[in-house]
Amino acid sequence: MHNRGAVAGAVVLLLVVIMAILAPVFFPASPWDMVGAPLQPPGSPDLLLGSDMLGRNIASGIAYGARVSLVIGLVSALVAVVIGVTVGALAGYFGGMVDDALMRITEFFQTIPGFVLLIVLVALFSPSVVSIVVAIGLVSWTPIARIVRGEFMSLRTREFVQAAILMGESNLRIILRQILPNALSPVIVSGSLLVGTSILLESALSFLGLGDPNMMSWGYMIGAARTVIRLAWWMSVFPGLAIVLTVLALNLVGDGLNEALSPRMSRKVQA
Amino acid sequence: MDWSRRKFLAAASAAGVVPSLLPGSAGAQTPKRGGTLRTIINPEPPSLITALNVQFPVQVVGSKIYQGLLRYDFNLKPYPCLAKSWTISPDGRVYTFTLQDKVTWHDGEPFSADDVVFSAGKMLPETHPRWRISSDRLESVKALDPHTVQFTLKQPFSAFISTFLSFGCPMYPKHIYDGKDYRTNPANSTPIGTGPFKLKEWKRGSFIHLVRNDNYWDPGKPYLDEIIYDVVPDSAQRVAAIETGRTDLVQNNDIEYFDVPRLKQQKNLVFTTKGNEVVSPIAWMDINLRLPKFQDKRFRKAMMHAIDRQFIVDKLYFGLGKVANGPVASTTLFYDEKVLVKYPYDPKKAIELMDEMGLKPDAKGVRQRVNVLALPYGEVWTRQAELVKQQFGKVGIEVTIETTDSAGWFQRDSNWEFELSFNFVGQFMDPAIGVARVYLSSNIRKGVLATNVEGYINPKIDDLFARGATAPNAEEAQKIYSEIQHILSDDVPVLYLTELQFPTFYNSAFHDVVVNSDGTLGDFDGAWKAT
Repeated sequence: MHNRGAVAGAVVLLLVVIMAILAPVFFPASPWDMVGAPLQPPGSPDLLLGSDMLGRNIASGIAYGARVSLVIGLVSALVAVVIGVTVGALAGYFGGMVDDALMRITEFFQTIPGFVLLIVLVALFSPSVVSIVVAIGLVSWTPIARIVRGEFMSLRTREFVQAAILMGESNLRIILRQILPNALSPVIVSGSLLVGTSILLESALSFLGLGDPNMMSWGYMIGAARTVIRLAWWMSVFPGLAIVLTVLALNLVGDGLNEALSPRMSRKVQA
Repeated sequence: MDWSRRKFLAAASAAGVVPSLLPGSAGAQTPKRGGTLRTIINPEPPSLITALNVQFPVQVVGSKIYQGLLRYDFNLKPYPCLAKSWTISPDGRVYTFTLQDKVTWHDGEPFSADDVVFSAGKMLPETHPRWRISSDRLESVKALDPHTVQFTLKQPFSAFISTFLSFGCPMYPKHIYDGKDYRTNPANSTPIGTGPFKLKEWKRGSFIHLVRNDNYWDPGKPYLDEIIYDVVPDSAQRVAAIETGRTDLVQNNDIEYFDVPRLKQQKNLVFTTKGNEVVSPIAWMDINLRLPKFQDKRFRKAMMHAIDRQFIVDKLYFGLGKVANGPVASTTLFYDEKVLVKYPYDPKKAIELMDEMGLKPDAKGVRQRVNVLALPYGEVWTRQAELVKQQFGKVGIEVTIETTDSAGWFQRDSNWEFELSFNFVGQFMDPAIGVARVYLSSNIRKGVLATNVEGYINPKIDDLFARGATAPNAEEAQKIYSEIQHILSDDVPVLYLTELQFPTFYNSAFHDVVVNSDGTLGDFDGAWKAT
C-alpha cells in the first residue's frame, strides 16, 4: 500500500473498532448511568472527557456510541447495497421493460430529498435500531443501483457472457456467477463510502431526537449537548470529533480501495 | 417563598399595601411618567381577544387591554380591579360587587354593571372554558344599579371568589358584542377594553404596539407611554435580546432554563420567579391505573422513592421550581404541607417495598418492566425521561422510553395509550378549578387533556372534592382539602415530580413590573421606568 491516507484511515478505523469492542471492559457501567457530578469539565477524576448534565460519563458515551455508529453504518450500508445491487443487476441484465420500470422507481426515490424521506420513514415507524437501519438503506440505495446497472449493461455484451448464454446457463447463474464478480469493485468502493454517509445520517437523526431513545449514539450526544453548549463545550466537541474522525477514516479507506481496485483510476490520479 | 417573606407579605397584604412592596420595586421611589417598555411575545398570538382564546400568548398581550373585576396578590388574596369592593352573604351564595366609578371603554362608552352581566352571564359561559366551571353553578347575575352587580349561586362554591381575574373572567363591552357572533365580530381586530393600554398597531410577524390609555380609570396611571411586543420565535435571539438590552423584559417560556444561571449574573437585570402563582403548574407522570401492574399502591410508592426529584430541580431546572409532594402546589390555596406523605429519594426503600409485595428480580435483575412516554417539549423533558430510566433501572424496574411528536403525545396521553406519561397541569388558584379535574371519577373523559387520564376512581375523593367546592367557608374547605392532600399523596395516583416556575427577567430601570400573582399576565398599570 503506497496510499498513506488510506493507511492512516485504516489505523483510525481499527482503533474505533477496538474501542467499540472493548467498551464494556473500559467502562463496565452503562453509558446512561449517572456516575459523577453533572457538567464536570474534562480531566475531572474518573471523567477523562467530562460529564453531561445528568452526570453521565462522556468518554463512556463515546465508546458505546462507536458500537451504535459502526453497527448502524455497516448494516444500513449493507441494506442499501443489497437493494441497489438487486435493482441495478435486474435492470442492467434484462434491459427493456424491466429496465424502464426499475429505473422509473429509482428516479422516484432520487427525486425525493433523501433526508426528508428518512425523517418521515423513521417518524412513521417510531424510532428504533431496525427502523433506522431500514430507513437509511431505503434512502441511499439509488446510486448503487445506477452504478451496478451501468456495469451490467456493459458486461452483458462481453464474449464471456455471450458464451455463458450460449452454453445455456440460467439467468440467475449468469448474473451471480459471471457478471456480478466483475462488477463488484465499484460497489465495494461506493459501499464503503456509504458506511460513512450512513453514520452521518444516523447522527443527524439522533441530533433531531429521532434516534433510538434506548441507545447511546454520537449524534444523540451532540443533540443533547446543543442546548448547553455555552456551559459545557466538551459535551458536543468530543462526540463531534468522534464522528469527524470515523467518517474521515472511512472516506480515506474508500479512496484507497478505489485506487487499489481500479488501476485505470490510479493511473489517472498519478498522471 | 421562604417563611419570613411569606409572613411579611401576609402582613403587608393585610395592611393593603401589597402592590408597592414587590420584587424590583425600589421602596420609597415615586413612579415617573413616560418611557417605553420593549418586550417579547412568543409565539405570536392568533388574536388578542382573551374571551375567545385562553392560550398564554393571547393573555400576555390581551391582559393589558381587558381587565377582570379583581386582582390577586402573591398569596392569592383578592384585591380591587374593576370592582372596588365586594361582599359575600353568610350562606356563601350571594356575591355583590361594587364597581369603580369612572371607568370607560377605549371607545369612550361608559363601563357599567350591564357589561358585567353580559360578560359573566352571557358571553363567557359560551366562550371561556374555565369560567364555565363557575358559570355552571350560577343561578343568576343581576345589575342592581349601574355600579352594583349581584351573582347568586345555586349552592355555595368557595372557589368562586378566586375566578374573577382577567385570565378567568375578563370584561367585554356589551355594546360591541351583544347580539353579534363573537368569533366573527370585526371589533376583534380592534380590541376595546378598559385596560391601561390600547392597541395602536399590530404588524403580523413583527410586533404588537400598545399605547397609553389617557382616559384610564385609575388617576395618574398608567405610567408607561407604550409597550412594544416584538415577535421573536428563536430562543437564542431572545436570550441575546435581553442580554444586549434590545428588550427590557422576558417572561414565561422566553428563556430556556440553561440560560438562567448566566442571566442571573447580569447586574442590570432583575430576576424573579414570582407572578407564577395563578397558574402554578405541577409536573408529574400519569400512571395508567387500568393496568394490573400499577394497581398495588406499594409499587407506586416504590417508584416515587426511586426518583431523585431534587436532582431534577437542581440540575435540570437549574434550581427553579421545587419538588412536588402532592396534588396541590405550594403556591395554590389550601396547600397543607403537614399532611403530605413524602417520598425522599431512597432506592433501598423502593426495593424493600417491592420485596414486600413479592415482586422479585428475575435472572436479569428485573422486577418489573414499564414503558415511559416522554413529553416532546424540549431537552429538559427528554433528560427527565432518561433520568427516570436510569434510576428505575437501579431498583430493578426496566424502562423503555417511547418518543413521539407533540400531536402524538397529545393523542396518546388523552386516549390512555400509555403506561407512564410525563405531563404538567396548571392549578388556577383553587383546587376546585385546577386540581379536582385530574382525580374526579366523573372527569374520566377519553380524548380530553388535563382530565382524569390515569383512570383514578376513589369515591371518597369524589365526595371530598364535591364537599370542598361547596364548603361554606375557608376553614371547612381547608379541612377537606387537607384530607384530600393526605389521601392523594399517600395513594400516589400520579407520580408527583416538580412544581414548575417560569423565569422572568427585566431591566432594572423598570419598577413594579411583577406586582401580583398574575405576574406578566397582569395589566402593568403601575409599571414605570426610572430615568
